[in-house]
Amino acid sequence: MKSNQYDNFCEVAFEAKSENEGFARIVAAAFCTGLDPTVEEIADVKTAVSEAVTNSIVHGYNGAGGIITMKCMITGSVFMVEIHDDGVGIENIDRAMEPLFTTKPELERSGMGFSFMEAFMDDLKVDSARNKGTTVTMTKRIGAQV
Amino acid sequence: MEKTEKTFTNEENEMQHMDYIYMVSKGNLIISLNAELDHHLAEEMRGVIDGIIDKRGVYRIIIDFSKIDFMDSAGIGLIMGRYKKIRDFGDISIVGANESIQRILLISGLHKIVGIYESLNQAINHQKGGSGNEK
Repeated sequence: MKSNQYDNFCEVAFEAKSENEGFARIVAAAFCTGLDPTVEEIADVKTAVSEAVTNSIVHGYNGAGGIITMKCMITGSVFMVEIHDDGVGIENIDRAMEPLFTTKPELERSGMGFSFMEAFMDDLKVDSARNKGTTVTMTKRIGAQV
Repeated sequence: MEKTEKTFTNEENEMQHMDYIYMVSKGNLIISLNAELDHHLAEEMRGVIDGIIDKRGVYRIIIDFSKIDFMDSAGIGLIMGRYKKIRDFGDISIVGANESIQRILLISGLHKIVGIYESLNQAINHQKGGSGNEK
């Protein structure tokens, strides 16, 4: 990763434990404060990151743990976050992205995760295949509402 | 807000926890959240709330969000699950949700099935069968 590829970059790796969901949210929110975001934009980023990290913990690693890496990048006024796990992957991405669809209703997953990521960020890309892990990449222009 | 909480202190039960405090009084279960409502907290609270509903004859759940500013889809799952459990004989109210949390409630459609109030007093005084969503 070239350091001059982005205006700013950070990468963190953490264990796929639910107590790290808050940690990931705070890191992403703190990282994008350099772009002078509104309270609403911070809330959007926190929600999207929380959904992606929770998916890795609950679905990717099936609650059994593993390593999640999160890369945050800033280019101009665009914040990009990439959340990656080496878990079981998603067989049918289109289906997974349908609102209210969940493979784990018994765990009271609402099936709203990808819907929230799409709603709160400008762009969402999901790269996954069975047993190949999952990478979710989301971008959001900060300050777009002004 | 502090005065309202005090009203319930000596009535029946109060349970303090780092991330949330709950009180049971006259069929009301009032949960005051102190930590962000995500998958981590939702998992922890689910069994506790269900245990109280089953053992204490609770028919109204009031969740106070006034001390927190974050909830994600796991919070939606938690509320939906409790709604399914008590909808035949009770209801759920949400108090003190900030704009971000209200947006989550709106997008998920949860605002159609739970009452949304500004203050705990409004929620407590609300009679079942009312319109809810009074602001």
